[in-house]
Amino acid sequence: MAQINLNKIAHSYIKHPTGDSDYALKLIDNIWDDGGAYALLGPSGCGKTTLLNIISGLLVPSKGRILFDGKDVTDMPPEKRNIAQVFQFPVLYDTMSVFDNLAFPLRNRGFDEDSVKTRVLEIAEILELTPFLYKKAAGLAADAKQKISLGRGLVRSDVAAILFDEPLTVIDPNLKWQLRCKLKEIHEQLKLTLIYVTHDQVEALTFADKVVVMYEGEIVQIGTPQELFENPSHKFVGYFIGSPGMNFLPCKVDGNIAVIQDSHGVMIKNNTSAQSLGIPLNDTLTSLASKASGQLELGIRPLYLKVHPTEVKGALKAKVKALQDHGNFKIITVILAGHTLRARLDEDDFTGTEDVWLEFPVDWIRLFAKERLLK
Amino acid sequence: MNKWEDNKAWFLVLPVFVIVAFSAILPLMTVVNYSIQDIFGPGERVFVGLEWFEEVLADPRLHEALMRQFLFSGLVLLIEIPLGIGIALLMPKKGWGASLSLVLMALPLLIPWNVIGTIWIVFTRPDIGLFGSFINGIGIPFDHTASPIQAWITLILMEVWHWTPLVVLLAYAGLRAIPEAYFQAAKIDGASAWAVFKYIQLPKMRGVLTIALLLRFMDSFLIYAEPFVLTGGGPGNTTTFLSIYLVKIAVGQFDLGPAAAFSLIYFLIILLLSWLFYQVLQNAGKGDA
Repeated sequence: MAQINLNKIAHSYIKHPTGDSDYALKLIDNIWDDGGAYALLGPSGCGKTTLLNIISGLLVPSKGRILFDGKDVTDMPPEKRNIAQVFQFPVLYDTMSVFDNLAFPLRNRGFDEDSVKTRVLEIAEILELTPFLYKKAAGLAADAKQKISLGRGLVRSDVAAILFDEPLTVIDPNLKWQLRCKLKEIHEQLKLTLIYVTHDQVEALTFADKVVVMYEGEIVQIGTPQELFENPSHKFVGYFIGSPGMNFLPCKVDGNIAVIQDSHGVMIKNNTSAQSLGIPLNDTLTSLASKASGQLELGIRPLYLKVHPTEVKGALKAKVKALQDHGNFKIITVILAGHTLRARLDEDDFTGTEDVWLEFPVDWIRLFAKERLLK
Repeated sequence: MNKWEDNKAWFLVLPVFVIVAFSAILPLMTVVNYSIQDIFGPGERVFVGLEWFEEVLADPRLHEALMRQFLFSGLVLLIEIPLGIGIALLMPKKGWGASLSLVLMALPLLIPWNVIGTIWIVFTRPDIGLFGSFINGIGIPFDHTASPIQAWITLILMEVWHWTPLVVLLAYAGLRAIPEAYFQAAKIDGASAWAVFKYIQLPKMRGVLTIALLLRFMDSFLIYAEPFVLTGGGPGNTTTFLSIYLVKIAVGQFDLGPAAAFSLIYFLIILLLSWLFYQVLQNAGKGDA
């Protein structure tokens, strides 16, 4: 169990990196709490696995130090760091029985056979592997195999943190849920620091207390699932979290009105009144906008964008492009001044007209400049 | 769809059937045919039943040749398989070193078999050969045409030089196919290099090693060209292996009947042993512990 301190970590796979783009990890400076469940979320190639390997010691970072509970472990090899890692697919010693697989890390460290046995039986019980203990590991189903990989980490009582590298990729969807619950249960039982890499937002949001969103080698936000959803600090978080992602509209603030621009930055005239298309803002947003520099963008979650089938005062007229039924809800795609927006509707909300009127609830409007949230 | 349309598919595989028939089935049938007849000349043949088989099986020279063959194949496998794995483990994993060592390894495999024999005749000549004159030079009298032991050593050296690279290439391919995560997990588990070899590399190489073992067994059991060129089966009969003896009967003495019976027995031995090897290796590491 340990607090993990990533002190100004950067990593490049190139020997003599010159520019920023040569770095797989740009600059990570963070402290992760002891006993926390963290999910590292991001698209492929954003540096998640690099960061994980730096924590586990499989990689030594080009720059920066890494500390476990204040102790510098940067140059320590993985076997000395007391971390456990579960990989994308089950890594097993095929010729060994389940018992021997679980006992392997202990035997390598010279524990006597009695304490090995006690500990293995204990872990097998937690992971529900007891019935298979004396079977060959190779013959088991993928979820049991993944539990063995996990067990090899848990079996060491001194383990500081468990790292998961997309561990549910090869698991059947119906077992994913079960295994995820098991992981949560183990986390609560053993109070271990868990770090869980995934590109699946559902997995990240259900598993972790804190989600660490990574994008192009940087951590763009660390927060609870709710924070990420309501206040994405970066446009990428807006896109990536939530399904569908956040809507963005380029705009210019004029007084307390956000005037929508087209893709060339030209203000759009409302076809009926010859006035600019405007969305009213509150004082907080207006003052944020006045301090910001660069192109402003207005963001709103599809869940909060209100869609009216008939004209409503203050709402903006948009053309319906598509209506998708997702079972218990619908996603409507509309075009407003050349921009595509999506909104979430209740199942029996709306059947389909050509034009709709969009209302932007002021509490759910977020403003972004240079891709970052204004706050 | 009617039945005729379904049967059209057979036309597509017909060429393969024809090739297999001419290259394998017809010759095999001819051999079976010869093995149960006494042939005096075209159109003059007598059915003799299992007589040739009985004669061949009772032939002490065949027994000796068979024993030599087992000894030879056994020694060759015992040296080549571990040596091949060892070299594969030591070879660089990437960069120019990997390409270079692969090319060097492939060289002996690219040389025609009878040329191999010739190369080694020159190489081991006691007077001008690099190897032969060197051994003589350090005070050990060396002449593989005179000493049976030295003839064997030379043959085995040649065979190891010629064919270990095949084992190396197969083992190397097997090693490269092991996902990096296994080695990372082993590192985290604190496994020693020996444990990594025993529990990861060796089990993961089982497939390619089965192939290597089968190929090397069959090839070494069938060896002909190299000993024929290098020792001609001598000195005496000490390096007369099954194939050399078989050729002596068939071509030297023109005893087609016994030679055909001999071929079939030879064929069955290889088939049986290959099957056994395959079964043993496939079952290794399976089932409950």
